[in-house]
Amino acid sequence: MKKKKSYIWLSILSIAFFLGLWWFVTDVIGMFKSTVLPSPVVVAQTFIKKMSSTAPDGATLPQHIFSSLKIALSGYLAGVVIGTPIGIMMAWYKRVDLFVRPVFDLIRPIPGIAWIPLMIIMFGIGMTSKVVTIFLSAFVPCVLNSYTGIRQTKDVHLWVGQTFGASNFQMLLHIAIPTALPMIMAGVRVALGSSWTTIIAAELLASTRGLGFMIQQARGIYRPDIIICGMLAIGAIGSLLSYVLQKIENRVVKGVIHN
Amino acid sequence: MRKKIIECSRVSKEFTTDRGTVNVLQNIDLDVYENELLVLFGPGQCGKSTFINCMAGLDIATSGHVTVNGHKVEKPGPDRGVVYQRTALFPWLTVMGNVEYGPKCRGMGKKERREKAQYYIDLVGLTGFENAYPSKLSGGMQQRVGIARAYCNEPTVMFLDEPFGHLDAQTRYLMQEELIRIWEKEKRTIVFVTNNIEEAIYLADRIVLMTNCPSTLKAEYQIDLSRPRDYTTPEFLQLREEISAVVDKSI
Repeated sequence: MKKKKSYIWLSILSIAFFLGLWWFVTDVIGMFKSTVLPSPVVVAQTFIKKMSSTAPDGATLPQHIFSSLKIALSGYLAGVVIGTPIGIMMAWYKRVDLFVRPVFDLIRPIPGIAWIPLMIIMFGIGMTSKVVTIFLSAFVPCVLNSYTGIRQTKDVHLWVGQTFGASNFQMLLHIAIPTALPMIMAGVRVALGSSWTTIIAAELLASTRGLGFMIQQARGIYRPDIIICGMLAIGAIGSLLSYVLQKIENRVVKGVIHN
Repeated sequence: MRKKIIECSRVSKEFTTDRGTVNVLQNIDLDVYENELLVLFGPGQCGKSTFINCMAGLDIATSGHVTVNGHKVEKPGPDRGVVYQRTALFPWLTVMGNVEYGPKCRGMGKKERREKAQYYIDLVGLTGFENAYPSKLSGGMQQRVGIARAYCNEPTVMFLDEPFGHLDAQTRYLMQEELIRIWEKEKRTIVFVTNNIEEAIYLADRIVLMTNCPSTLKAEYQIDLSRPRDYTTPEFLQLREEISAVVDKSI
């Protein structure tokens, strides 16, 4: 108990040290001009103001966050819901593997953001182009991880299933998928990370709202305080999302010792 | 005349690898009788597991055939349960989940299979651990779950493939006692594989000695010592000496 408490202090210290250093190089010794790197105090003020103000980019910070989240999560969910079963089917049914693999191997190395130019031409700069882009970047890790996870199924577990007279489908459902679950959940987490990264990149390139858009606008008018505000929001929301997912994972994955 | 449960007739098994054909089993004839505890005993890599797999239907004999209860073995089935060397428990299921898995596969109702599973969990001495996950159990307890799981599916015959091989010596003795206790309470036909001579003599109604690859059956011993057996009685030691003498020559 006592030990855990001291670890929490260590974590708080790390953030305090970071803020202190930032404050030191800006407000205290003036190493950077405030038009280049504003102090944490300025950023905090901007943050509070931006919660309700639509200047200078036409929307408040919560509106930008909501817009980014909405697009990122729709594409992400589609990627998980479609990608995971495809990976499972590829690993379990040889014919599905042979059919899907050539196309998948071609698509796999293309980073999510490389789809953006084509998507903009096809769907414009609205929501659709981004949702499709994010779908693709979430889809790939989901397929890969569920495929690898199913392939880790132990022969001896399948033998047990066979000697109990389980059908092929029962063995997939009762043995292979539970085996793969930790791997699948890891893929779902990686996919969330890449969805969140990709939405920001997509908004930087072309959009009319969202955190990436807000940052890009602020760069145009030399407002580093808004840029940093946006970056911190991106970081905080990204951490929060993966924290929530970790909690879900701990509930779903059973029988494995959690550290 | 006792009822024959397993009949193996001229069973041979070859494996083809890149380096050619390996002959693992050669012309094995063996009958196993109802409620008999038969021990297959032999040196390290002599194809005991392969033989068990052929009887369980996980492997198919290259020539010859195996029948269980008069049916030719062509694939695995619920009439033949297997307890494996390393625990093959499902780590994502609780003890209860593992034990009730067999009946569940056959579509037995929840209440009925829970009762049945509870009976065998109690039988192997794991009462109170129903909701524990295998990762929280010791090696001996995990093997108890494996035995309960095999029992719960009510197979005609159970194959135990060196189930106590990786346990420490103390637990191993205990589990041998336990297996006899369980088996005397719920008689089944058991084929038990081991490379440990004491274990073989302690458990067996009959010991079948296998030779190295290609494996054949070298000798057979009816063990008529009364149970519970004691490792240190003169009869036990004499049998031990007699059998080791034959094994040593064959290695």
